[in-house]
Amino acid sequence: MAIEVRIPTILRTYTDGAKQVEGTGSTLGELFTDLEQRHGGLRDRLVDAGSLRRFVNVYLNDEDVRFLDGLDTPVKDGDTVTVLPAVAGGAR
Amino acid sequence: MLTIPRVLYDKIVAHARADHPDEACGVLAGPAGTDRPERFIAMMNAERSPTFYRFDSAEQFRVWREMDEADEEPVVIYHSHTATEAYPSRTDISYASEPQAHYVLVSTRDEHATEFRSYRIVDGVVTEEPVSVAE
Repeated sequence: MAIEVRIPTILRTYTDGAKQVEGTGSTLGELFTDLEQRHGGLRDRLVDAGSLRRFVNVYLNDEDVRFLDGLDTPVKDGDTVTVLPAVAGGAR
Repeated sequence: MLTIPRVLYDKIVAHARADHPDEACGVLAGPAGTDRPERFIAMMNAERSPTFYRFDSAEQFRVWREMDEADEEPVVIYHSHTATEAYPSRTDISYASEPQAHYVLVSTRDEHATEFRSYRIVDGVVTEEPVSVAE
């Protein structure tokens, strides 16, 4: 068993086109570091200066991890982590 | 080229008018790989601002999961500008993250005439495309 990570279209260049990859770790931060071993460059799209990037949404199962513990959120085998770039913009 | 059914075009314009002066935003979902917009999904603007929009993260999760389960994808991502032209701004370009989507911009700056234009935004490059409204 591992942790399933769902990858949005725009980040699939880091996963050879895969929409889902697997990883391990006991926190979200550790999971991203683990993913970086096999998918170099992916972590940098998710994390900036030790915290989650502002316009990237990460969900642990159904919850936005911003409402949990961010990168310190505990994760375990069988969990599903979903990454979705925020949809945003404005007049300027 | 964006081909869009009249009824969906009208729904986007009505949404933009209703939310003016806040920016309105939403999605047209369609069967994956067909480039056909079929289903109108108005999204909440979590910023509720006249100059910025952002999909609420929980709503986006639900909508994206529903599309995935129905084998759909976001064919159109639309939002409105309420005082500026219907052209992607610097922030629109930097946050565009669905490379296959048509980015529709509506401007409600003129209360009598609504501007409705469509663009592809890929790797920071904006390309305007014609809009064909299917009656």
